[in-house]
Amino acid sequence: MSQSHLIVDHVTMEFPTANGPFMALDNVHLKIEKGEFVSLIGHSGCGKSTVLNIIAGLYQATKGGIVLDGTEVNEPGPERAVVFQNHSLLPWLTAYENVELAVNQVFSKTKSKREMKEWIEHNLELVHMSHALHKKPDEISGGMKQRVGIARALAMEPSVLLMDEPFGALDALTRSHLQDSLMEIQRDLKSTVVMITHDVDEAVLLSDRIVMMSNGPAASIGEILKIDLERPRHRLELADDKKYNGYRSEVLRFLHERHAKPDVPVKVA
Amino acid sequence: MSMVMKLKGIGLFTPWFHFTNSEARKNLINNVLKNVGIPFFAFMIFLGVWQVSAKSVVTSLGQVPGPSEVFQQAKGLWGEYQADKEKEQLFYERQESRNAKKLEKNPDAKVKWREYRGRPTYFDQIFTSLKTVFTGFFIAVLIAVPLGVLTGLSQTLYIATNPIIQIFKPVSPLAWLPIVTMVVSAVYVSDNPMFDKSFVTSAVTVTLCCMWPTLMNTSVGVSSINQDLLNVAKVLRLNWFTKVRKVILPSAIPMIFTGMRLSLGVGWMVLIAAEMLAQNPGLGKFVWDEFQNGSSNSLGRIMVAVLTIGIIGFLLDWIMLSLQRYFSWDKTAANR
Repeated sequence: MSQSHLIVDHVTMEFPTANGPFMALDNVHLKIEKGEFVSLIGHSGCGKSTVLNIIAGLYQATKGGIVLDGTEVNEPGPERAVVFQNHSLLPWLTAYENVELAVNQVFSKTKSKREMKEWIEHNLELVHMSHALHKKPDEISGGMKQRVGIARALAMEPSVLLMDEPFGALDALTRSHLQDSLMEIQRDLKSTVVMITHDVDEAVLLSDRIVMMSNGPAASIGEILKIDLERPRHRLELADDKKYNGYRSEVLRFLHERHAKPDVPVKVA
Repeated sequence: MSMVMKLKGIGLFTPWFHFTNSEARKNLINNVLKNVGIPFFAFMIFLGVWQVSAKSVVTSLGQVPGPSEVFQQAKGLWGEYQADKEKEQLFYERQESRNAKKLEKNPDAKVKWREYRGRPTYFDQIFTSLKTVFTGFFIAVLIAVPLGVLTGLSQTLYIATNPIIQIFKPVSPLAWLPIVTMVVSAVYVSDNPMFDKSFVTSAVTVTLCCMWPTLMNTSVGVSSINQDLLNVAKVLRLNWFTKVRKVILPSAIPMIFTGMRLSLGVGWMVLIAAEMLAQNPGLGKFVWDEFQNGSSNSLGRIMVAVLTIGIIGFLLDWIMLSLQRYFSWDKTAANR
């Protein structure tokens, strides 16, 4: 029996509050294959981040759980590396040292010192940060910080890369540069990626599947859209592409019309 | 009156620079006038007010000294120091020639080398005070930082220790001193003590009074660490010790330094009181002795001590600030 790489298995999440438990997620079920790029999209407060945090092991699901390669996981670990929205670099360490902290932790038993150094430099090279290895987060721009954050996550050689609105805080131009970089990296490394976003274009451009979440409380998966566009994808060519724009409007329609009413029938494009 | 004229003078002269010099130079001059000129004139006014008002108070030890009298006393203390240095040198010269003669007569003769023991000069007393305050401060930091880290990490420990800290924090050094004195006398027993009891008593009192700001700031610094950074530590599966060393401590460093700066300030303030009562031969004892001495010079000499204490306190704060700027990654915190 073939088993999915990552299974979000019927996850329900309740947070205790003063007025009794608050149900944030209701029975979220999702299977993700190896090398797949999956986006979670939905309105703010719909529990996208909660799903990601549960996969990362930072939250424990009330019901259900996470199965990675056939094994249940319920604590955080470097095989599910996270790229945080606000980069979360240690401000007292340089770009190199930030990645080094991760590499030391993951590879100190399997790689020699020299191999680790090369590995750190290789990962910073991947995100085009070789020119600023020894700069501290204060000394580089927001986009560069996010690049280092991605390099740190990639350097853990994760089997799933979790990204929590990784480009949300960046300006449009920087964001599109980083999206292109991410597509390149994913093409080369074949990483499995779960990304949260609220940007429709970003979701369609990057993903193999878009998971659209209904509004909370008790949010669940409203609809899953398969993006059948050839890779490599180029944003300029796709701008006038009929298929691309069809996917785009479908996501938009979900977000603006159907998010709260999942019973309305889907119009097939 | 002349002060007012001078102040007006700045206003009269600045436009003149404006017409004849470049904008940059004008800015420079304005800056110098603002940052050096204003404090200077304020200080002059302060000295003037002091001089005038001091004359109007007559104590049993004579008039309260004005700036000029205090300056005379400072010169006097410097003179005493020079005289003592000379005496010391003469003492050693005499000793040397005496011993040399002895050895010349009989190469096997046992010669005695004695150390010069004069009364401690004013500068010896400053040095003793500094030594005491730093000893007390270092002990305080050694206790407060680890304890602060622990209370910052554990909510339970914080709740447990908080009432104790809040009760002991406001206690005056004068209240601690009798207890510390008795405890030191009872515990610190040695035939050949490395430190004077009075020194230990003062230093311990400084520790007891100055550890609180470091303790509380460390605790707050540790507990207010960014949750995202802790998540990074979790994802990396850092063990407890590595997490504290690589993530929590560096993150709290700016707050720890702020606490240490406050602690050293409190320690220096407390030390003078502690020395007065413990008779530790430092600035506090100097002030007390002068007060007991009651000569016509006493008030002036105490005033010299007051200014010395102030200036050293200012320098200590400046040193801590420089250390903070150098060691702390958060350069903005050092400006607070």
